[in-house]
Amino acid sequence: MPLATYQTSVPVVVDETKCIADKGCTVCVDVCPLDVLRISDMRGKAYMAYDECWYCMPCEADCPTGAVTVNIPYLLR
Amino acid sequence: MAMDEIVDGLSEVSCDVLVIGGGTAGPMAALKAKLKNPKANVVLLEKANVKRSGAISMGMDGLNNAVIPGYATPEQYTKEITIANDGIVDQKAVYKYAQNCFEIVEELDSFGIRFLKNENGDYAVKKVHHIGTYVLPMPNGDTVKKALYRQLRRARILISNRYMATRLLKSADGRIAGAISVNTRTAELLVIKAKAVILCMGAAGRLGLPTSGYMFGTYENAANSGDGYAMAYHAGAALANLECFQINPLIKDYNGPACAYVAGPFGAYTANNEGSRFIECDYWSGQMMLEFYNELLSGKGPVFLQLKHLHPNTIQEIESTLHKVERPTRGLFQQGRGVDYRSESIEMHISEIGFCSGHSASGVFVDDNARTTVPGLYAAGDMASVPHNYMLGAFTNGSVAGIDAMEFAESHDFADFDAGEIAIERERVLAPTKREDGIPPNQIEYKTRRLVNDYLQPPKVTRKYELGMRRLAEVREDMQERMIARNAHELLRALEVQSIMDCADMAAHASLYREESRWGLYHLRTDFPEKDNENWFCHTLLRKRNGVMTSEKRAVEPYVVPIADDEKDLYDKQRIRASA
Repeated sequence: MPLATYQTSVPVVVDETKCIADKGCTVCVDVCPLDVLRISDMRGKAYMAYDECWYCMPCEADCPTGAVTVNIPYLLR
Repeated sequence: MAMDEIVDGLSEVSCDVLVIGGGTAGPMAALKAKLKNPKANVVLLEKANVKRSGAISMGMDGLNNAVIPGYATPEQYTKEITIANDGIVDQKAVYKYAQNCFEIVEELDSFGIRFLKNENGDYAVKKVHHIGTYVLPMPNGDTVKKALYRQLRRARILISNRYMATRLLKSADGRIAGAISVNTRTAELLVIKAKAVILCMGAAGRLGLPTSGYMFGTYENAANSGDGYAMAYHAGAALANLECFQINPLIKDYNGPACAYVAGPFGAYTANNEGSRFIECDYWSGQMMLEFYNELLSGKGPVFLQLKHLHPNTIQEIESTLHKVERPTRGLFQQGRGVDYRSESIEMHISEIGFCSGHSASGVFVDDNARTTVPGLYAAGDMASVPHNYMLGAFTNGSVAGIDAMEFAESHDFADFDAGEIAIERERVLAPTKREDGIPPNQIEYKTRRLVNDYLQPPKVTRKYELGMRRLAEVREDMQERMIARNAHELLRALEVQSIMDCADMAAHASLYREESRWGLYHLRTDFPEKDNENWFCHTLLRKRNGVMTSEKRAVEPYVVPIADDEKDLYDKQRIRASA
């Protein structure tokens, strides 16, 4: 059975002008309880790779540059 | 190599005490074990990262069950929890908690975690329960995880993050021998031999599906997928009273606490659509949830948490806690909805079902030393059967487990296990990665949890349960034969859904076994609508025997604190009666 890609608008947004993942920072990826954030190979910035969010906020609270914003997932907004 | 790419690997380490789960109980258990014997090796294994894992990822806004001298006694607390649980309580463990918890509060205070004090410097304890006074606010409760982490580093606990434990290892004579785990980012296996193992793996919070339809919008931290319950089951440990589900009153859609424990002591209350109170007390019990459920269905709903009658300064004080600690996105959610507590009430709903002794009584059976029925295996926190034990119970019982487990490790050598077990588990764990074609874990999980909602949610109907079990068995077959995982992250989800499926089966089995209604909404069986003390004033223990799920009765231990006949049904009187 072929697999389709299911589109969702993700709750965690990263401001790439502030994100310093390209300098080696991985704080948001490290602290996420659901392990849904990754650093993009192409852009060197953090992004939400998996839409599996508990909107709990460690990624936003612990980011050293204030680059991460947690929004309420659309389905329960 | 890219993260999430599957790597074929297997390594083996050993330690004296292995603690699985780095949320609340786990760090305390690891710390106490290490302090008891600083020369011993203590490993703390965590599926996420100890810095921010578990139910208190962002902190906690208060202690819900603190027995503080001058406000309450261990006897009063033990009595209250016994009554709230319809009498089905082994009081020894509750009483021990009540005696020890103040010491733990003072220890947490010494870690730098602050509790609300009045102008005289005494703890400012508030009344939320039906009878006694046990709620202690934590205005800077956002510091809990950081304070714990400092202690772990200072004690040189070995922390292994991003390893998910999947199965326990035992010797031929039934003693604990260690655990098998898998790296959640590479799928490499790690076998940890240990003399004693403590399970602190949280609630089974990803069992029911939230009404929002967002799979991870659960009440519990969505990482708490019931892995500890499943592991204990497969190791042959007994699980107690699983039919006593966790169901909580929450902010509708947001699915987090509103929170009456914070706002209630300031004068907020739960009201129906007429603005009237309908429950005597906001403390979460099955009896209270039944009244909440009845009100929602009665046409007098929706149900609200009402704050707008309070002084603006009071509301601001409540907001400063609710929007900063425990679930800080509450503020963002209300802002998005245009809800200002000064002018509008908070719409409430009831949560999906789960297992959790932190709030109800469904957990891996433990005695007052946190010992399970498997020698050398311990459990503490939300997944262990001490009822209503909340965060302070996780700390206090985690401490008990850590000390007792280290004593066990000091008097036992490593137990031998059959190396063939590792090969079998490796094949089971990696099976979804070996298939070219099949069903992804998110679809298996959605279907499982949708069936849990459709068939297992109370009121519990025998016929619905039988149909639900048939449907779940079909999905289990798909899960075992057809599920695919294309990278290590998907494999993590694939392993979690197997825990969820095991918990669904246990929820169904345990609920059908108890042929009465008890604990209000938690175990409301329409085919047996009455409480039957003659036949069912007992615990139920579920366990795997010869590969088959079985249930049996277990007598309630004689009470340490006697309950008078006229006190026994105090929690049944939750509904406010029309005044004469």
